[in-house]
Amino acid sequence: MAESENIVAETAEKIFADLADAQTINHDKKGEWKAPLWQALTEAGLPLAWVPEDCGGSGASLAEGFSVLSAAGRFAVAVPLAETMLAGWLLAQAKIASPDGEMTVVPASPKDRITVNADGSLSGRARGVPFAKAAKHFAVLASDAKGRFSIALVDATKCRIEAGIGLGGDNSDTVTLDKVQPVTTKEAPKGFDQPRLMLMGGVARALQIAGALESMLEISVRYSNERVAFEKKISKFQAVQHNLARLAGESAAALAAATSAADAIANAETFNDEVFLEAVAAKIRCSEAAEKGGAIAHQVHGAIGFTIEHILHRYSLRALAWRDDFGSESYWAVELGKLVCIRGADELWPLVASR
Amino acid sequence: MTAALRFDPIRLPPKCEQLRKEVRAFLAEEIAAGTFDPHKPNREDTDVPEFSRKVGERGWLGMTWPKKYGGHERSFLERYVVTEEMRVANAPTRRFFVADRQSGPVLLKYAPEHIKMEILPRICKGEICFAIGMSEPNSGSDLFAAKTRATKTDGGYLINGTKIWTSSAHIADYMIAIFRTSPPTKENRRHGLTQFLVKMKQPGIQVNPIGQITGQYEFNEVVFTDYFVPDDHVLGEIDGAWKQATSELAYERSGPERFLETYYVLTELVRAVGNNPDTRSAEGIGRLVAQVHTMRRMSVSVAGMLQAGKEPVVEASIVKDIGTIWEQQLPHRVRELSAFVEETATNRETLEKQLDFAIKTAPKLTIQGGTTEVLRGIIARGLGLR
Ligand SMILES: Cc1cc2nc3c(=O)[nH]c(=O)nc-3n(C[C@H](O)[C@H](O)[C@H](O)COP(=O)(O)OP(=O)(O)OC[C@H]3O[C@@H](n4cnc5c(N)ncnc54)[C@H](O)[C@@H]3O)c2cc1C
Repeated sequence: MAESENIVAETAEKIFADLADAQTINHDKKGEWKAPLWQALTEAGLPLAWVPEDCGGSGASLAEGFSVLSAAGRFAVAVPLAETMLAGWLLAQAKIASPDGEMTVVPASPKDRITVNADGSLSGRARGVPFAKAAKHFAVLASDAKGRFSIALVDATKCRIEAGIGLGGDNSDTVTLDKVQPVTTKEAPKGFDQPRLMLMGGVARALQIAGALESMLEISVRYSNERVAFEKKISKFQAVQHNLARLAGESAAALAAATSAADAIANAETFNDEVFLEAVAAKIRCSEAAEKGGAIAHQVHGAIGFTIEHILHRYSLRALAWRDDFGSESYWAVELGKLVCIRGADELWPLVASR
Repeated sequence: MTAALRFDPIRLPPKCEQLRKEVRAFLAEEIAAGTFDPHKPNREDTDVPEFSRKVGERGWLGMTWPKKYGGHERSFLERYVVTEEMRVANAPTRRFFVADRQSGPVLLKYAPEHIKMEILPRICKGEICFAIGMSEPNSGSDLFAAKTRATKTDGGYLINGTKIWTSSAHIADYMIAIFRTSPPTKENRRHGLTQFLVKMKQPGIQVNPIGQITGQYEFNEVVFTDYFVPDDHVLGEIDGAWKQATSELAYERSGPERFLETYYVLTELVRAVGNNPDTRSAEGIGRLVAQVHTMRRMSVSVAGMLQAGKEPVVEASIVKDIGTIWEQQLPHRVRELSAFVEETATNRETLEKQLDFAIKTAPKLTIQGGTTEVLRGIIARGLGLR
């Protein structure tokens, strides 16, 4: 990554290292770590990283924001940082200023629809919305009867929220909007549609999964060099080495796919088939890596990694949970397969080799 | 971090895209002229010396080498584009590929000047074919168990012993081989091997073809009986080949040939499925495309590291490990999905033939160039486990 990205990412890393240490968080049953972490992130301008300065944000580049998400994944950060960044980004598409505080994006699944009623109010239901319970505002993407998209800022207290807990232990809630009047609504820019939002969310999740895998690799390697069995460090057993080599492969594949997609989006002039391939492939490949890589990390840790006291689950379960947000890998694989088939066999390689 | 793996998103520069167009146009011409059939995987029986010469004429051999040896001083990324386009088109590259990828770079590094001047320009012209003589009957993964002896004599060495699995030895003009020049030492069991340039088609060397389960004859047994190699054909350090052989392998392990060998079945599946896929076919194809895209991003990233003068040994091993496993699984996944293809698909027969061949090919993919287990050992070392 370029030099300029490092300052923002380094700031994030430093805050996470100071205030989001996995061990400390894991022992803090009351969740007292959350407020100071959020405050520090807010002071550093990170939740609104993708919001231009004239909309109340810190105006970081897409690339800088993506590198924050990688770092957030490496720390398996369990506050709505990615969600608030995405919400701010969505609002900024329609030049809507972002308010302070936690936000999330509605809907968070390609199958849910929010509609704009004739009176400008919004209706619909969205499942699996990450951190809806913690959010003060929602950034909503809604469509009207003619299929035109609008972007709206909605007060969370006006919506019905049924709390749910996702695989990773974080809130994943159902949000119902029943003729809710938004704080602000504006037309979405030309060409901006729900797949675009879902793919941006999907790439965010891909980066987080890749980051979590990097950490799983690191703690698994470290553990294998500490744990002794049969009078040897388990890292000296070839079977264990090979498992870790496979974990390294999955981690590397996830990292390559996710950073490539982030780079593609950050530098894209138009959201064409090639950028679509990058984004979708990242979500699919990272989700597959979460399954394979997470299983190996647990295998290497033995029973200790299965305890609630150990930090491994903070990464492994979140990586698994993130697969489902903004469209699962199955959903996107179908979409990608359809695109490939419509373009035809002889256009497949040109698509793959386009950059 | 213990294991900082980085795969920066390298993009191919615009001049690569221009080159890609040229390569595609050239391949289309050759296909139209009947030089090779793009629907047939790269087979030994499609060995076409003429094709090698034409590729040489275009300047696509020795692309990264110095001009004084006939090279073109272009980038690794440009070479990458040529390699992948040829591979995806199933072009008959067997005759020149090893020389271009591997043997040439070894000569560049270790051969005496007059040998470089003699041989490298001919590789660039596509005139000569190389083989790699590493494996022996009791020395495959354990390269350092090699026994074939090179005994010092007047003006050179006498070679006695047997190499095996030597791809293309039957058509090769030269082989770069490792021979034992002294016994291993107590401290270093890798010591005692030396790399030599061997001229094929000479007395004292016999090439016996070995059939493969695909029905092809690609690799061979090569028997040396008092075969003479002159002193100036020693490559690099006497007894020090182990260092040379391991760095040579980095080139062998990360290219597009390490995940595209069975790619053709995917294209053919998409053709058979047509433009209105059922959900299962669409999902299956989508996942496979996501995989190949990711492999390619990793591989391009490693090409970028080579271009930057790095030695990405661990990264290259990761690409080969997951790349070869992917290309090994691909025909089986395509076979599963082909169960849903309509009987009437116009390319059904081609798809079935390709699948048959790819499934037979698959077992070798994780063996040639270093087995999965050996690669994982290298990755484990990179992770600090050994
Ligand atoms: C199509 C093809 C083309 C080839 N072309 C060439 C060529 O041109 N030149 C050339 O020199 N060689 C060539 N080879 C040989 C190839 O490099 C060897 O087959 C390979 O290195 C494995 O050696 P081996 O076959 O002796 O298997 P072995 O070394 O006997 O291995 C058998 C099995 O044991 C495993 N094993 C061995 N040692 C270990 C260990 N320490 N830890 C864990 N597992 C282990 C291996 O991974 C493998 O699964 C080719 C092979 C094939 C299939």
